[in-house]
Amino acid sequence: MALLQISEPGDSPEPHQRRLAVGIDLGTTHSLVATVRSSAAEVIADEQGRPLLPSIVRYSREGTPVVGYDARAAQADDPSNTIVSVKRFMGRGVADVARYGALPYRFSDAPGMVNIETVAGARSPVQVSADILRVLRERAERALGGELFGAVVTVPAYFDDAQRQATKDAARLAGLNVLRLLNEPTAAAIAYGLDHGSEGTFAIFDLGGGTFDISILKLTRGVFEVLATNGDSALGGDDFDQAIAMHWRSHHRLADAGGGDTRRLLAAAREVKEKLSSSAEADIHITLSYGQKLHLRLARAEFEHLTAGLVEKTLGPTRKALRDAKLTAAGIDGVVLVGGATRMPHLQAAVQGFFGKPPLKDLDPDQVVALGAAIQANVLAGNRAPGDDWLLLDVIPLSLGLETMGGLVERVIPRNSTIPVARAQEFTTFKDGQTAMAIHVVQGERELVADNRSLARFELRGIPPMVAGAARIQVTFQVDADGLLSVTARENATGVESSIVVKPSYGLSDDEVARMLQESFSHAVDDRGARALAEQRVEAEQLLAALRAALARDADLLDTRERAELDGHMASVERAWNGSDHRALKDAVAALNRASESFAGRRMDRAVSGALSGRSLDEVARR
Amino acid sequence: MTAAFSRNHFELLGLAPGYALDPADLESRYRELQGRVHPDRFAAAPEAERRLAMQWAARANEAYRTLRDPVARARYLLGLKGFDTGEESNTAMPADFLMQQMEWRESVAEARASRDAQRLAHLRGEIGGEHAEMLRQLERAIDRDANYDAGCSLVRKLRFLEKLDAEIDDALAP
Repeated sequence: MALLQISEPGDSPEPHQRRLAVGIDLGTTHSLVATVRSSAAEVIADEQGRPLLPSIVRYSREGTPVVGYDARAAQADDPSNTIVSVKRFMGRGVADVARYGALPYRFSDAPGMVNIETVAGARSPVQVSADILRVLRERAERALGGELFGAVVTVPAYFDDAQRQATKDAARLAGLNVLRLLNEPTAAAIAYGLDHGSEGTFAIFDLGGGTFDISILKLTRGVFEVLATNGDSALGGDDFDQAIAMHWRSHHRLADAGGGDTRRLLAAAREVKEKLSSSAEADIHITLSYGQKLHLRLARAEFEHLTAGLVEKTLGPTRKALRDAKLTAAGIDGVVLVGGATRMPHLQAAVQGFFGKPPLKDLDPDQVVALGAAIQANVLAGNRAPGDDWLLLDVIPLSLGLETMGGLVERVIPRNSTIPVARAQEFTTFKDGQTAMAIHVVQGERELVADNRSLARFELRGIPPMVAGAARIQVTFQVDADGLLSVTARENATGVESSIVVKPSYGLSDDEVARMLQESFSHAVDDRGARALAEQRVEAEQLLAALRAALARDADLLDTRERAELDGHMASVERAWNGSDHRALKDAVAALNRASESFAGRRMDRAVSGALSGRSLDEVARR
Repeated sequence: MTAAFSRNHFELLGLAPGYALDPADLESRYRELQGRVHPDRFAAAPEAERRLAMQWAARANEAYRTLRDPVARARYLLGLKGFDTGEESNTAMPADFLMQQMEWRESVAEARASRDAQRLAHLRGEIGGEHAEMLRQLERAIDRDANYDAGCSLVRKLRFLEKLDAEIDDALAP
């Protein structure tokens, strides 16, 4: 039980009760899964000992999709069915992906997000990502010898709500229990900070395959506090490859290459780029689809010239993050480099020039995010070991607001607010007798609605007719620890309440996820029932164990009648557990959850009171 | 919600309500509270507890955000005493204060137009000095004199200064 662990951090579960938990870095170019084994975080390699999984999925007319190295090998031969860098499409519409330049896919518009047409049918980026995550889940379950309790999945810190929601949906679709979405630079800070016992103010500079994040963190006495974050969710190593490919294209006067040749050029560019990190010149031979042989060359100086603009693009967000943290470059104690793209020498030089100190790069920039996520997952799963009582305080990257008159944005939660956060704003009607109000939720820093990302639109209905300006409509924004938003609106001038909770439109509902999950299992109906029962039993066991632990500690918070009621509900769950009806068990668990709410509330009050005991008010008043 | 949840920001962090406080003490109280209620402590707990943890953690963040910023703290404290600072509605300002504001505003605009970073930094220092002086006056008005009308007037003035400072910030690092 979580509260017990707070009071006695040494109370970790018995070894045989250890819950299997993993951290997953779902990257643009490649993905990793890591776990904590014998108190150290390590990346889980595939059966051939390879730690990375290329984030590439190839679809065929029949059978399961091919993921990873085999898919990568096919990318030039089957470009339109082999999806690379799918992360760049998460939560994005057709207009967004058009900005990435020529891509060998057939995109189609779908509500909220593009779809990619493949021989296996239309695939949303969420489904493609789920196919990658499923391979990692299976890899971990094989290596750890059991079903996973849960996973921490990392996202770029600068991901907006749409991109975060899409990532969480993908993980659920892959059959993962998402313990937390964790920002990538924060994950790196955990791995780095715990590894080095560091204290001070750090900048995490994270340039991945498709995204750039800069986070400023303060590390003190077991607290990782993100002061500010900024970035560009459409800037990464891929753009450097594109720059090289474009250069060759014009230098060798190549006509508009087809999809396969585009992939060949990009793959060659990537290889040459990587070689240039350790040598002054690099070359490669490729053969295009129509038989033309090319000898492609590039010198480091030329590469640096071609991509100077991209390097410069990372410094704008870096300046803004420092400014929001109310710091200067001189106030940073250390700069940690994360992401494969930070291996480029001219990028390192730019970072060093900006901060006036050499960056820290003693941890593998490809692995550090997954390792940090694994450490966090281990703690969240309840496998807390002595010394694991550190606390993580993260922020939302982009402001959240509402559309007001004239297409302007009224900011409700400013960027870099510590999460979780809830904030309410009051609005009123502008016409006599108005009974409904349109609410448009946006995310971004610009003044005009049109320049920000639209997250959701909904209508509050049933407002009692009143004169203009008399209604008091309170709109509450709540951002949870995953950085995900929900919005509630209610009219409370007349005491008549009408409230609605919205999940932004691109998110999948629980029912949709359940349906898609079931479709992905090729089981008979009975198997589905059996699986549902098994899942419900696990949930019931966890709830009963948590409540028994809570009762052992805080039974005095309940009177006799309340205790009898709770005991009755627990007995019902136990009876349903022994039965075979998963729906009956589900109902019993839901009833027990409801019945234990006020007990949970009182226990929380007790924990809060304990937090500040031992300090007297007089001591404060004297100051 | 429980009685503990509806305590005011000061009570929540075990502080006596007042303007003056020690930022380091405030931070350590906040961290201690957040360490008990943060959703990361409840990730494996039943749903009811996870939801409670999120609400409590949001509550703790709101209290800390409000109390650590001197102007927000004063505004909140005045509100507890039943005084509305009226920053949106009450725009009446003493003439000398408005004159000074106009002068500063013109100087900022000029320095901005001529990209004179040195002058902007100098102006920023000047405004910062005035800001610090007003915070001292605020402490006297609220904690010593219990003159809450004066407190409200100072909060309104400080709001002006902070807007001006944000403009300089924009001009310095666009």
